[in-house]
Amino acid sequence: MSMFGLIWSNLFRKRTRTTLTLLSVMIAFLLFILLRSISAAFSEGTFVSGADRLMVRAKYSMIESLPFSQKQQILAVEGVTDITHTSWFGGTYQDPRNFFAQYPVEPDEYFSIFSEYVVEPAGALARFQSQRTAAVADVALAQQYGWEVGDIIPIIGTLYTKKDGTDTWEFELVGTFSNPGEASGFPLFLFNYDYFYEAAARGQGEIGGWTLRVDQPDRISEIASEIDGLFENSSNPTKTATEDEAGRDFAKQLGDIGFITTMIMGAVFFTIILLTGNTMAQALRERIPELAVLKTLGFGDMTISWLVLGEAIILCVFGGMLGVGLAYLMAPGLSASLEGFIGTFEVSGSVAAEAVVLMLATGLVIGLVPAISAKRLTIVDALRK
Amino acid sequence: MAAAVNCSDVRKQYVKGKEVVDVLTGINLEIEEGDFLALMGPSGSGKTTLLNLIGGLDHPTAGQIEVGGQSLNNMSSKQLAQWRSENVGFIFQFYNLLPVLNAQRNVELPLLLTKLSRKQRAANAATALEIVNLADRAKHKPSELSGGQQQRVAIARALVADPKLLVCDEPTGDLDRDTADEILGLLQTLNTDHGKTIIMVTHDPRAADHARHTMHMDKGKLASEVPA
Repeated sequence: MSMFGLIWSNLFRKRTRTTLTLLSVMIAFLLFILLRSISAAFSEGTFVSGADRLMVRAKYSMIESLPFSQKQQILAVEGVTDITHTSWFGGTYQDPRNFFAQYPVEPDEYFSIFSEYVVEPAGALARFQSQRTAAVADVALAQQYGWEVGDIIPIIGTLYTKKDGTDTWEFELVGTFSNPGEASGFPLFLFNYDYFYEAAARGQGEIGGWTLRVDQPDRISEIASEIDGLFENSSNPTKTATEDEAGRDFAKQLGDIGFITTMIMGAVFFTIILLTGNTMAQALRERIPELAVLKTLGFGDMTISWLVLGEAIILCVFGGMLGVGLAYLMAPGLSASLEGFIGTFEVSGSVAAEAVVLMLATGLVIGLVPAISAKRLTIVDALRK
Repeated sequence: MAAAVNCSDVRKQYVKGKEVVDVLTGINLEIEEGDFLALMGPSGSGKTTLLNLIGGLDHPTAGQIEVGGQSLNNMSSKQLAQWRSENVGFIFQFYNLLPVLNAQRNVELPLLLTKLSRKQRAANAATALEIVNLADRAKHKPSELSGGQQQRVAIARALVADPKLLVCDEPTGDLDRDTADEILGLLQTLNTDHGKTIIMVTHDPRAADHARHTMHMDKGKLASEVPA
């Protein structure tokens, strides 16, 4: 037997209590890992980024639209070479849970600006340009739903119904697109703006935002300011930013994810510290005579403190590692189901390392008071209990 | 023969609220090496308090205590713990074994404080269990042992670090007559064959008969000495 063996034996003195405590610690650390990973995906997610592209959105909210008439004014700004528009269509496929982004776009403009995308098969882009109900999808999205070229994809419009009163928009998938430089694409479904313009009950003349290309990347901030200056005193003021900044703004408008996750984790760990601390204190009270016997046998005050503190730390580390392990097991499934909502979801080594530090800190906090109490036990008094 | 224990004018007071209770009021006692002393007396006479002081579990309010030639008075809590682990074996009325550990591991506990290897600790614990004739119960937890067997394990635990002094607080108080006789016989063997100095607190005159000397305490003083 070793000191560790002694701690381990004491830890499992009441198996049910210890198992339940371990489970609660495990759940706490599972939540920690998942929330931190989600938060990291939002704050550090890789938004598609082009050094020579700017995004123009309504200044005060991403749900406000902009007038089509801004196009020529923006194009007139020195340095702007190409422009296209995107709008949030907000439809669902088959089931409201099948949610992904759909944009009505002008194919030639869109793929001219997002020139990194490769549209397949050959001739698909031409069909997309010429065929009114044609659509193209991100290759991963097509794989996710098992779509093949030639399939008719019905999308239920939740924001836009058709002029005939129906809300089902049918598109023929003519191709897929992907960015060979990216490990995973943004799940995006593009369809022809002309079809939207003709068939939608409303929304003509309005767009969600502009994406433009500049030929002077070193002047990109200046150009952004100039564009915003154009509309500053209009009824549709704009906010122009690089794609990366716009992506982060988008995440922020969904809520301060970092703050929310911190608050949730704070509540979880506060509860865990109270619960586990109470369990440790109870375990200590039950064992006062035994600790006195150990002191009688020659275990010093500090040794006894370390034994008690060690129990708390081992409890937190063991439970926490179970939580981390479970998070790693769940990560692939979560990554697949969260794809498209956030950036890349993964349980990184740095988040796991943070968890280990937190396990040790939680163990210290939980074990500190019982350890001090154990240190202060006087043998003669404790043996009488 | 040299003195194993020497108490001179030992006093102990406890403070309960505003009241000061004199538990020991000037004990002068010398116990020779290899002695087996029974301390008897009514409840509250100070027997256990004196035993605790000799065993280094508590400090006297006044007076000097020397055990094996070492003064305990000026030792810090840490020094006393170290001293206890090397010099004294304790045997309690209610055995005080750790319920989560089997007999072998309970006996091994004092050796965790030594530099012995894991193998050597296990071997020493096994030897101690053989001395108390309980080798076949090494893997049993206290709840799986009878009272007498638990007390044997406790004696093995007290012996395992090979201390010269054993202090026993009512070691047979929780046992039936026959089992008590077995335990007392074992203590006698440890005294006669292994040379252990034993101080035993007891209420039982038949238990005291197994000792070489019996001393009576009353109201915090040693009242008389009865040679066996």
